[in-house]
Amino acid sequence: MSNTNATSSPPTSSLNLASEFINRQTPMMRIRGVLHRYPAISPAIVLVLSIIVFGAINPRFLAPTNLSLITQQVAVIGTLGVAETLVILTAGIDLSVGAAMVLSSIVMGNAAVSFGLPGIVALLLGLVTGLATGVINGLLVTRLNLPPFIVTLGTLSIFTALTLLISSGATVQGNTMPAILTWTGLTLKIFGVDITFGVLLMVLLYLVMSFVLGRTSWGRHVYAVGDDKEAARLTGIRVSRVLLSVYIVAGAVVALTAWIQIGRDFGSSPNAAVDANLNAITAVVIGGTSLFGGRGNIWGTLLGALIVGVFRNGLALAGLDVLYQTLAVGVLVIVAVSIDQWIRKVRK
Amino acid sequence: MNTITETRTPVLAARRLVKTYGHVVGLDGVSLELYAGEVLAIIGDNGAGKTTLIKCLTGAEIPDEGEIRLDGELVHFRRPQDAREAGIETVYQSLAVSPALDVAANMYLGRELRRPGFLGSVLRMVDTKTMRQRAKAELTELGISTLQDVAVPIENLSGGQRQAVAVARAAAFGSKVVVLDEPTAALGVRESNQVLDLIKRLRDKGVPVILISHNMPHVFEVADRIHIQRLGKRAATITPESHSMTEAVAIMTGAQKE
Repeated sequence: MSNTNATSSPPTSSLNLASEFINRQTPMMRIRGVLHRYPAISPAIVLVLSIIVFGAINPRFLAPTNLSLITQQVAVIGTLGVAETLVILTAGIDLSVGAAMVLSSIVMGNAAVSFGLPGIVALLLGLVTGLATGVINGLLVTRLNLPPFIVTLGTLSIFTALTLLISSGATVQGNTMPAILTWTGLTLKIFGVDITFGVLLMVLLYLVMSFVLGRTSWGRHVYAVGDDKEAARLTGIRVSRVLLSVYIVAGAVVALTAWIQIGRDFGSSPNAAVDANLNAITAVVIGGTSLFGGRGNIWGTLLGALIVGVFRNGLALAGLDVLYQTLAVGVLVIVAVSIDQWIRKVRK
Repeated sequence: MNTITETRTPVLAARRLVKTYGHVVGLDGVSLELYAGEVLAIIGDNGAGKTTLIKCLTGAEIPDEGEIRLDGELVHFRRPQDAREAGIETVYQSLAVSPALDVAANMYLGRELRRPGFLGSVLRMVDTKTMRQRAKAELTELGISTLQDVAVPIENLSGGQRQAVAVARAAAFGSKVVVLDEPTAALGVRESNQVLDLIKRLRDKGVPVILISHNMPHVFEVADRIHIQRLGKRAATITPESHSMTEAVAIMTGAQKE
């Protein structure tokens, strides 16, 4: 009797243990649940911590002139990151936004200087160029059903070639341009910090995009298409139309970035911003937007761009060589993607 | 011999539908009638043409020949939206829900309500509050008590709850017909029973339901009539009273002619 009791009791207790184990919410799981719902939290924490650490290492880091410099360094990548976020939310990737931005800025600069067109016309031509790059990418992705990676890998080369063709490899200096093209580089003093109009345009873009993605049908459809394309189609969403519109909006954002870039560099160069595209993807990924689509937050991208800017600037002020900045950015990307994978494991 | 004759106009009627894929004949002249206030089950072996038939009725496929009538009117669905706009809602086996979006957002996915006035017409702002209220009301009306927080993302729900959301969405917008494709296939015993109850409540609301299922006990529990599909044709239409499950399976496999 006692023997049978002894042999039958372990299974029940281990069963109890098992159910307890299943129902137990460890603190880690709870943290993961919160991060899953609010993907911008982890980059926000990283940004705050890095500002505190770099500020402690070198007090000059927190000086208004340095903070102003960081915002200017971030403006181009932050803005380009919006275009990249839109595409990545649909489970795509855009390798051409950097080249498209340089093409737009070259069109703006050369239209005004080489062809002598008025500044506003040059700006509009740049905008049309940006939109056209989006339309081309969008049509290739939706009509020919090619993977976005392949399409934008191809258009990356095409846009770069067009840039060299139009510019003949020459840089257009800012002082020869109409004032409107370099306006984005002018500064405004806000709370003792010099803020450029380019930075203000970037912030405005984030406010608009945050509203559009979070509060309109179109925004929901972008998320739904990235989450599960077939499910979106079956619920009556016109998937191709949503995808095409995403690439066109990204094209418009690219043109805006081109304008900000001209103000930042005080000129338009065919060799500018070679690593802008990868930096934009880096900002999106560090910002918590999932490369698998359907998950992410536009503010996360701004945080991601700021984190990269703060790390590069902070490490430079700490007296470290540029190679360590690049190293740090690489580590950040891998850590960010690992965290994303871990967060995505949350399932009931 | 046991074919049921009806004199009423069917809500949804298909006449001699033919659909071929190259050399493969999916539908070989199928007819079907669905009457008001009934649950019509469609059963059949794999490859019998159940799914093709449903796809033709819901606009996912265009039949090569034959006609479809809704309330006696001839209709030509070219895409799922056409059928949906005509009042035919489908719950697909895959459920067609977006895991990251919440319950209310999923119920209104593709037909979001906008805010009144300037916010809605110019800024195109969605009316999250009203959509949540209505989603909640719809779930309550269908007696889905386990799901009261409509702001929860779908991925945090169990399989049965997800199914309930998909069925509630169909019930909310399916003014004429609701089609359910294998709604209990992925569910446990208790969750299956909840979905079967849901189907009965839908019928009691007056919405006719087409149910595709492999599960004979489920079919015999909720169906008023059973359409047996075999080799791209309708082998018979029976009722749970006129035939046993064994006989139904025999007709399905061709072992018995009605």
